[in-house]
Amino acid sequence: MTWTLILSLAASAYFLKLLGSVIIGHWVMPPALERCLMLIPAALLAGLIAKDTFTVGHQFGVDARAAGLAVAVIATWRKLPFVVIIIAGVGTTALIRLFV
Amino acid sequence: MHHFRAPDARRFISASLMIGIAFVIFGFSFGVLAVSAGASLLQACAMSLLIFTGASQMSAVSVIATGGSAASAFGGAVLLSGRNAVYGLAMAPVLRGGSLPSRLLGAQWVIDETTAVVSAETDAAKRRTAFWISGVILYASWNLGTFLGALLGANINPSDFGLDAAFPVMFTAMVVPHLRTKAGRRAALFGAIAAVALVPLMPIGLPILVSALGMLFGLAPQQPLTTNSETTE
Repeated sequence: MTWTLILSLAASAYFLKLLGSVIIGHWVMPPALERCLMLIPAALLAGLIAKDTFTVGHQFGVDARAAGLAVAVIATWRKLPFVVIIIAGVGTTALIRLFV
Repeated sequence: MHHFRAPDARRFISASLMIGIAFVIFGFSFGVLAVSAGASLLQACAMSLLIFTGASQMSAVSVIATGGSAASAFGGAVLLSGRNAVYGLAMAPVLRGGSLPSRLLGAQWVIDETTAVVSAETDAAKRRTAFWISGVILYASWNLGTFLGALLGANINPSDFGLDAAFPVMFTAMVVPHLRTKAGRRAALFGAIAAVALVPLMPIGLPILVSALGMLFGLAPQQPLTTNSETTE
């Protein structure tokens, strides 16, 4: 983790927030562009979930994290509070590591 | 004409505190994982203070932790924060009319959750109150959690506590609101497949950028916003 990365991320993130809220507050975004921007979290978060659960470095791998994710998906589907989802997912992974 | 209404303020405070508790825990996990990915206490805290958009911060740390380059960590994180520009457009009327310093400060607090709290209100004055209350509480919660996590993170092995599963678990909770539309589900499916399938073929960190191409499902003409395939209006 380098300061260059942190500060350039900070500047970019702030610029994007400022862009919408202060700089171009009156502008109406083309609907297709807005739809694309709003789809980024779905695509990237799902990508990050898959990467962090099923890969290790350059290889595929399934371990205790997958069980934690499965429990988290069930907890999310049951509409349990955030806190419960996190504790259940992380706890499952820890318990499997402890006993298996 | 704007009279500060105590009952409204209390309502916004309790709504924000509910999210704030989750933020402390998210922030804590972020702090622990940032430190285990090589960040110092100061760097972890600086990320939350200065970047203050959770998914981007976690994405950057997740890419660095798995051996990706700074450039790919940056790319994914910036793409993720692109949505704040869209939220900003919705929040612009709330900030308009304030002094320049207040607008510059307020911009930093334009994130998913403040937008959600504000969007629940229709009255302009209430929206303004909701924005500032949720902004203060969520900013404080996120940074408190990060500080505690980064402080304790140096002394624990994250995988012993299952904390290496914390990112996918948190991302799961975060992605759900984005799966309500068919385009959202398609983008997510594309993203998940790309991120895993390309892992043996590309430098670490690049597959996640390819995932972002799932956004192109947004180019298709607007489909009716069906929340669920089984929902009949």
